[in-house]
Amino acid sequence: MSIIYMLLAISVIVALVFFAAFVLSVKKGQYDDVYTPSVRMLFEDEVKTTSTKKGDQQTKKSTIIND
Amino acid sequence: MEVCFHCGDHCDKVLINHQQKTFCCHGCKTVFDILNDNDLTFYYDLEQTPGITPKRFEGKFDFLENEAIANKLLSFNEQDIQVVQFTIPSIHCSSCIWILENLNKLNSAVKTTQVNFPKKTLRITFNSQEINLYNLVQLLCRIGYEPMISLEDSDKKKTAIDRSLIYKLGVAGFAFGNIMFLSFPEYFEVNEFWLERYKHVFRWLMFVFALPVVVYSAQDYFISAFKGLRSKILNIDVPIAIGIAVLFIRSTIEVYMDWGTGFFDSMAGLVFFLLLGKFFQQKTYSFLSFERDYKSYFPIAVTKLSSTKINGHPSIKKEEQTHVNELNKGDRILIRNGELIPVDAILTKGTAYIDYSFVTGEAVPIFKKSGDQIFAGGRQEGSVIELEVINSVKQSYLTQLWSNKVFDSNRQNTFQTLTDKISKHFTITILSIALVTTIFWLFYDPSLALNVFTAVLIVACPCAIALAAPFTLGNLLRIYGRNKLYLKNSEVIEQMAQIDTIVFDKTGTLTTNEKSTISYTGDGLNTKESSLLKATLQASNHPLSRTLYTILKENDICTLDDFEEEIGKGIVGKWEDRKVKIGSHDFVMATSNSSTDVLEKENTSVYISVDDAYRGKFILTNEYRSGIEDVFNALSQDYQLIILSGDNEGEKEYLSRLLPPNTQLLFDQKPEDKLHFIKSLQEENKNVMMVGDGLNDSGALAQSDVGIAISENINVFSPACDGILDAERFKSLVNMMRLSKKGIQIIKYAFIFSLLYNLIGLGFAVTGYLTPIVAAILMPLSSISIVIFVTLTSHYQGNKLL
Repeated sequence: MSIIYMLLAISVIVALVFFAAFVLSVKKGQYDDVYTPSVRMLFEDEVKTTSTKKGDQQTKKSTIIND
Repeated sequence: MEVCFHCGDHCDKVLINHQQKTFCCHGCKTVFDILNDNDLTFYYDLEQTPGITPKRFEGKFDFLENEAIANKLLSFNEQDIQVVQFTIPSIHCSSCIWILENLNKLNSAVKTTQVNFPKKTLRITFNSQEINLYNLVQLLCRIGYEPMISLEDSDKKKTAIDRSLIYKLGVAGFAFGNIMFLSFPEYFEVNEFWLERYKHVFRWLMFVFALPVVVYSAQDYFISAFKGLRSKILNIDVPIAIGIAVLFIRSTIEVYMDWGTGFFDSMAGLVFFLLLGKFFQQKTYSFLSFERDYKSYFPIAVTKLSSTKINGHPSIKKEEQTHVNELNKGDRILIRNGELIPVDAILTKGTAYIDYSFVTGEAVPIFKKSGDQIFAGGRQEGSVIELEVINSVKQSYLTQLWSNKVFDSNRQNTFQTLTDKISKHFTITILSIALVTTIFWLFYDPSLALNVFTAVLIVACPCAIALAAPFTLGNLLRIYGRNKLYLKNSEVIEQMAQIDTIVFDKTGTLTTNEKSTISYTGDGLNTKESSLLKATLQASNHPLSRTLYTILKENDICTLDDFEEEIGKGIVGKWEDRKVKIGSHDFVMATSNSSTDVLEKENTSVYISVDDAYRGKFILTNEYRSGIEDVFNALSQDYQLIILSGDNEGEKEYLSRLLPPNTQLLFDQKPEDKLHFIKSLQEENKNVMMVGDGLNDSGALAQSDVGIAISENINVFSPACDGILDAERFKSLVNMMRLSKKGIQIIKYAFIFSLLYNLIGLGFAVTGYLTPIVAAILMPLSSISIVIFVTLTSHYQGNKLL
């Protein structure tokens, strides 16, 4: 059994795995809205800091320090 | 000047200081308080002054308390969990996304919220036991994010998003890449020992990868070619389909008979590039809709008054929210301030100021008194009115327009694109070349004849031609979009280039409905009188008074001693010993002692009398867009220009002085007349572009070859059309028309280019030298160079003109 058959099989399987991942991501609607997630990902951490502090100037500073 | 901390407007009328911040109104301050109390002030850190002043909404969403209507809006409803999707036009920045996605901090009944920013939609999952749809909408309104709920939302059918093109592109790209890797070794190594042993495996693997490309990715081309042939049209897909089929069949035979590697890589590459062009051309503006009809603007429900008879007396009136489709002739309805009247009706109680800006583009509200007929589509400004329905929604004056067959969605599009025109000649030429050379080779060397025949069909596959138009038009579509002309699809550009007649609507299209100019005729007023006038105007809430007041605004305003308003007639203000009367002709003239016969009654005039003596009148006219003369002068050189107005001839003289002499002016046109006028122009073999704005132009916009809607605020309003132009870019219209013609020129140059490539390819083919490696180099080279050429030139032209 030649090694090349195995290599070919592996490479095709790897390619197919990526292809399946692509199809899945399209199906789940990841390409329907490509803008909002880019903004949303920047929110996460800062919500927690605002919940402890009040007043805008203070919060602004504290978010920077906490980061 | 102080700026509102919430919305960023100048606080010139009201200034509220609160927690060391300034606010322009109580609405803004309230929103700040709500957010501040819930620890959501991060909203103001994300963006400077991100807020929206909340509008008054009392009663506006009462219909949501009717469960049957509310349920029609839900996209999911099971047990406690309900899901609803709203369109919220005021979504505009990252703060908006943040606050709306943190809605559960304001009300714990909200489970999850998700914003789709490009579409300006919000999807909310909530617990229906704890909060109902009505309260949810109120919550949104209170923080300034009022959802737009229209008749369309309740009638809509769920449509699945079509993602098949992405899949096809993915399959083609995946196969293309893998086939390339597998075919490379044979291009570079000939007669190498290990390659000789394994090349069969490689070839069959390529065949396996190529199979889904032909069967799935390229299926649209086969279907389209088949359809074209059946209706006896040689469209561009015919040679493409022939090319793909021949490539695949010949390669399979070569591999099976062990003659060579075949052209699988070229075939997959070809399909991939073609689909890429298709994908690129599909630039969509997801926040805009080009298919809107009256349903997008009409409310779902109105307040119906039903009187129950008690002891034979129709005494008790019951208010009831009714779906507008269920309104019948004779029903009585209640319309509040800011609500839209969805049916033709007669005013039975109250005085109405009807704002027809959606329908006609006319900014100044029209006064109606009890007994007058009101057409559907107007918006009431002022107090509550009662109406009696005389036509159901579908039979109303305005909505009848949509029963015309131009709105039939199945209407066949007969437009032939430039590519289709060329492909006809192209296909015939190629087939005859293939035949002639095959016959030649049959006599010269029959063993090569089939080889040459297939080779000609392969190189003739018009990949570069098929790519020239999608990429040029796709680029132009984006350039137009950046310059605020949003087109429905790329075909519109080709149609724009062929236009020879442009028809304009007047009100709202040539005039702006944001500003109105005011002219005063009569005797001048002294300082004391004018300050009294302003003080009186300030006290009134009538839309005309407010317009007048904002134009005349000044600081030294006296405090009135007495103020009276007679609804629908006018206002009286008293200060010290002076008295000023402002209002309609009849109201002011009733007490003034001057002669009235010289004065014309005009709807949009405000008459003034001081101490019962007539002094003068303010005439409000819509201002024409700036630069309109230049636009018309420039356009009149290449196009026949026509103005089609629903108004009377009042401004005919002024317009004919303003515009080039050969401009045709037509007045008193009903919506149906406009449609028929466009049709009659088309019957004279003219290519007509309609530029309009209101729902009354809808028929003309649909009938014309290119219908462009002008809109002051693209998020809010535009009737069904081929393109939406932001009103501030009206002046660019001339250059936009020029750019469309340049675009067609670019495509023609690209055609010449790709024909050259085809000739070179044909040279290889007819002589029998088209090897897989030549095809593998020639195909991508021609495609990519064409794409680069059209991209560069279209961007150059775009930057030069716009």
